[in-house]
Amino acid sequence: MIITQKKPIEELMAMLEGTTRVGLIGCGNCATACQTGGEKDLAEMKEYLEAHGKQVVGTAIPDECCQKLLVKKEVKVFKDSGAEAIVCMACGDGAQTVAANLKLPVYPSNNTMFLGQVERVGVFNEACRMCGDCVVGSTGGICPITQCAKSLVNGPCGGQKDGKCEVNPDNDCAWIKIYNRLVELGQEDKILEVRPDKGYGAFSYPRKISLKEEK
Amino acid sequence: MSLLQQAFEAGKFGVTAEMAPPKGYDFSVQMEDAEYLRGRVHGVNVTDMQSACIKASSLGLCIKLKQAGIEPILQMTGRDRSRIAIIGEYLTAASFGIDTTLALTGDHTVVGDCKDSKPVFDLDSCGILKLLSDMEASGKDCGGNDLEGGAPKFYKGASVTPVYEPMVLQINKLKKKVDCGAMYVQTQGIFELEPLKRFMDAVDKANIKVHVMAGIIPLKAAGMAKYMNASVPGIDVPEYQIKRLTDAAAEGKEKGIKGLPGKVGIEMAAELIQKIKEEKICDGIHLMTIGAEKNIPTILDMAGVNINA
Ligand code: SF4
Ligand code: SF4
Repeated sequence: MIITQKKPIEELMAMLEGTTRVGLIGCGNCATACQTGGEKDLAEMKEYLEAHGKQVVGTAIPDECCQKLLVKKEVKVFKDSGAEAIVCMACGDGAQTVAANLKLPVYPSNNTMFLGQVERVGVFNEACRMCGDCVVGSTGGICPITQCAKSLVNGPCGGQKDGKCEVNPDNDCAWIKIYNRLVELGQEDKILEVRPDKGYGAFSYPRKISLKEEK
Repeated sequence: MSLLQQAFEAGKFGVTAEMAPPKGYDFSVQMEDAEYLRGRVHGVNVTDMQSACIKASSLGLCIKLKQAGIEPILQMTGRDRSRIAIIGEYLTAASFGIDTTLALTGDHTVVGDCKDSKPVFDLDSCGILKLLSDMEASGKDCGGNDLEGGAPKFYKGASVTPVYEPMVLQINKLKKKVDCGAMYVQTQGIFELEPLKRFMDAVDKANIKVHVMAGIIPLKAAGMAKYMNASVPGIDVPEYQIKRLTDAAAEGKEKGIKGLPGKVGIEMAAELIQKIKEEKICDGIHLMTIGAEKNIPTILDMAGVNINA
């Protein structure tokens, strides 16, 4: 899931300076789970904006705000609404998808933080940095690119102290976790696999994948 | 051929020391200190912005040492450079006749003195070693392009932390480093024979063929030992040594003699080196004197280590 966090409201208000009539768009998926762009969040935003001299002229919550065709349909509510700008309460991808479908300025109300795991309601952990060459098959299902502060792919640096990472002692050393997990799985030999050159060729952006073209 | 490589190939006890470039552009203090090392060591590691603190570059001091006739060991970390930059450094080093290197992953920028810098870590220690090995084998750079005049050859080393739990992780990583081309390793500072022996047993059991140089840090004071125990990974100074330093400080105060703990630290380091050499526990030592390079001749004399013998 894409983890988002609300921007300080002053930052959004600065973007909206000189704008009176705004449309709000959220997201029924990730941003709803992050409590940054669900129904309740849109209602709160509407109330705040209206209390601060703005006029909310329409709202929409597509099931996903990153689906171009879906968003195209949903933004129709803004077409004749007189909206001067749209506040997008989804992730950065959502904001761009909205912008690609409307000839209006789009202002994001959220910061897009990371691709994360939902630990429980309201608690998210970064787990994958989308490196384009997944190695967790040989690391016991624990990602060294994300969980090791140096993204080491060949085992630990010498820096852990009492199992904690030298970079941030709040975190366990990823490689000790990986090792313990491999032992648990009876796959210790995998720790010997040399991957000196993970390669970052697949990491250059913007990336595009088309299943049609691949066929 | 690398002086350190020559020593090991001749079956000699290898001796290396370590220096840091200045935080500035005046290298005169370093060049004066280096004179203490002339003819006493097989190589001088020049650190690469250790602890991620900004200094002049390792390559810069290496070149100066080389030109002064003192063998440098170019330390290379992956923290601040992509593989492209790493190759550039090595080609430049080779053109100055530098032929010995030590590859490290590097400390993270957040522990350093400019935390906003972007940590690169394109390659880790294994990756740097393999980059050099592949380049030597193919005569090509990391993009598969021919290098004019072929690839330079380096005598390649790495580091290892003998006091580490679980030890098997360090042994595995060491095996990888050797597979990637490391011919020698310098250990994190050790203070007693026992942990070193345990480590050497594990290296033998894993059938890893590499020259091991025991890291020696002469202690200057009890406070330094306590600080390192608390905050430097892999350091474990035993209590009785801390007590010797504390007692020396008290004695010095009583008799009005300055620098007694430092002297005791030098004695302890020399005793350890002598035992390592006599009992043939490993193939050499690496002295990390942290700015006190002037003590190295005394330590080596007391330990009975003479590279020219
Ligand atoms: S290795 Fe880590 S960052 Fe890369 S795809 Fe797998 S989980 Fe994601
Ligand atoms: S201590 Fe462990 S998690 Fe932290 S950088 Fe080193 S190997 Fe990675």
